[in-house]
Amino acid sequence: MAFSKNKSQVDDGLKSELAKKGIVITTLNELYNWGRRSSIWPMQFGLACCAIEMIATACARYDIARFGAELFRASPRQADLIIIAGTVTKKMTPQVVRLYNQMAEPKYCITMGACSISGGPFIDGYNTLRGIDRFIPVDVHLPGCPPRPEALLYGLQTLQKKIDSQDFRKAPWYQKGLKREYAIPDLGPKGLIPKFNPEVWQPREEDHRKEKYGSPMVIGKKTKAPDLDAPPKQPKAPAPKPPKRSDDSAPPSKEA
Amino acid sequence: MFEKMRVKTKVIDSGKSGLDTQTLEVNVGPQHPSTHGVFRMTIVLDGEVVKSLRPVMGYLHRNHEQIAENITYSASMPYTDRLDYFNSMSNNQAWAMTVEQLAEVEIPDRAEYIRVIMSELTRLVNHVSVIGFLLNDMGAFFTPTLFAFREREKVLDVFEAVSGSRMMCNYLRFGGVNRDLTDDQLGQIKKIVADFPAFLDEFETLLAQNEIVCMRCQNVGVLPAELAINASITGPMLRASGVNYDIRKVDQYSVYDRFEFKIPLGEKGDVYDRYYVRMLEMRESLKILNQALEQIEPGPFMAPKVPACLKNPRNFKPPVGEAYGRVEAPKGELGFYVVSDGSKEPWRYHVRAPSFINLTVLEAMCIGYKLADAIVILGSIDIVLGEVDR
Repeated sequence: MAFSKNKSQVDDGLKSELAKKGIVITTLNELYNWGRRSSIWPMQFGLACCAIEMIATACARYDIARFGAELFRASPRQADLIIIAGTVTKKMTPQVVRLYNQMAEPKYCITMGACSISGGPFIDGYNTLRGIDRFIPVDVHLPGCPPRPEALLYGLQTLQKKIDSQDFRKAPWYQKGLKREYAIPDLGPKGLIPKFNPEVWQPREEDHRKEKYGSPMVIGKKTKAPDLDAPPKQPKAPAPKPPKRSDDSAPPSKEA
Repeated sequence: MFEKMRVKTKVIDSGKSGLDTQTLEVNVGPQHPSTHGVFRMTIVLDGEVVKSLRPVMGYLHRNHEQIAENITYSASMPYTDRLDYFNSMSNNQAWAMTVEQLAEVEIPDRAEYIRVIMSELTRLVNHVSVIGFLLNDMGAFFTPTLFAFREREKVLDVFEAVSGSRMMCNYLRFGGVNRDLTDDQLGQIKKIVADFPAFLDEFETLLAQNEIVCMRCQNVGVLPAELAINASITGPMLRASGVNYDIRKVDQYSVYDRFEFKIPLGEKGDVYDRYYVRMLEMRESLKILNQALEQIEPGPFMAPKVPACLKNPRNFKPPVGEAYGRVEAPKGELGFYVVSDGSKEPWRYHVRAPSFINLTVLEAMCIGYKLADAIVILGSIDIVLGEVDR
């Protein structure tokens, strides 16, 4: 998705001419967004495999500090960005939603990896949530299993573009009566109650996955345990060949 | 810690001092920077001392075993990568060995050497990261991890060159490996092996004699050898308690009988021993790598004569039977138990996950120590939640 940058009223030619003389003209919006996007504090919150790649991104080779997002905070109260790195299971979903609710506005969310987008390789499992966007709004989806650290950096840059496109006069977190708390699901005996948050996500009308990839894994089709003590099967003796018929006794053809 | 800050107070002792003391129940996790993932501990504290500790698992239960029972044997291989996501190559090796046992496949020498090289490189990656995280838990925020991950990236470059993926390698196949190692890649590995001792020396001078590390680690979280054996602990944890048990020596699977290496043992079984055994194990791994790189010879990397059932891996139907294959994974004995009923999918598939079984002694090790020690003890067990919960 392309984000349109906030348009400045000042002519670009004039801007560059003034810049040569050491005068910088900017708008409050640009300054404000520049500050916000250059110091995103992500939450130190790893769920599974992708968390290791998230740590690798913070380490020396990829160095997420170049983009101003190196300060991983352990508390959601101090974080701007939640990177959902890994499989969200049904048992973990209430906690993830609660953590997102506890973050202060403005808050952003990146889903890292196939699992948090759709369930990924574990989509057939009974305990896997098929995408965290069923419960909380997501800004950037990062595919991969796991995504490379460069991909996470690209995701962060995409988020920075989104921040740049926001206008603080219209920003929802300065409007009156904003309530961005999402309902926390309960873990019942048959999965999450409710199964999704209708404010955030609506199911598709057609079952895309079933159409494209066939029906999901069928569980319980095998009922009989193998008999391990049984003697190994002897290879079948070749069936005795039918005696050769002489030409005279050949079966009459259908035409005859 | 944010999950439920439920505080239960109870008067337990109005003793000689006449003061009422209370116990405090604290939930650590599932979102906590030091629980190595989504693990929760319910700790009852008396002051700062741990009175009881109850682990709560299942926050990353991804139905590994059930999925594996409903897909083909070769399709399980990428799922084993995601069990213990630090060392996918060892997991692949254990699963490949199990199925090869079931289908009775002979593996060519070069493939065995490649497997050994890869699993020893994995051991380096795992141990170096674990030590980094352990120091992180002690409060040396992120600096040791930076050192560790710098080396890890070098090994991951090799993995990416041979398999195409950094972490989830999916490199091994039944009867050999996916692709051959080129001379360039062997040279890359030789360079890593040659440079690694210098890094280990640097890491050791930084940590081994450090006063804070010694004070935090020595005589903390002691695991007696008897308890370790009774709880079927394996891997560096068991060896830190002074029990000489390494499946590479016991089973001599693959080509481990051709190498000379020692098994480092601890004396006391405290956190420091567990840390130091891992340091020494890395040096032994380097010895194995050096010998393997010398002995490896050109040849086929896939079994030339595979049984008929393996010709088409998608339609692979092993004979009826059961098999248990185990390797010395960096965390302990990793085993796969599989029962085949002669169809494409296994009838039963079970993973003997070392970090899950090593976690069972957590309470026994933590009782009597302080809350901050419990975090360090958990770090020294070396758990990965993908394997604990599966």
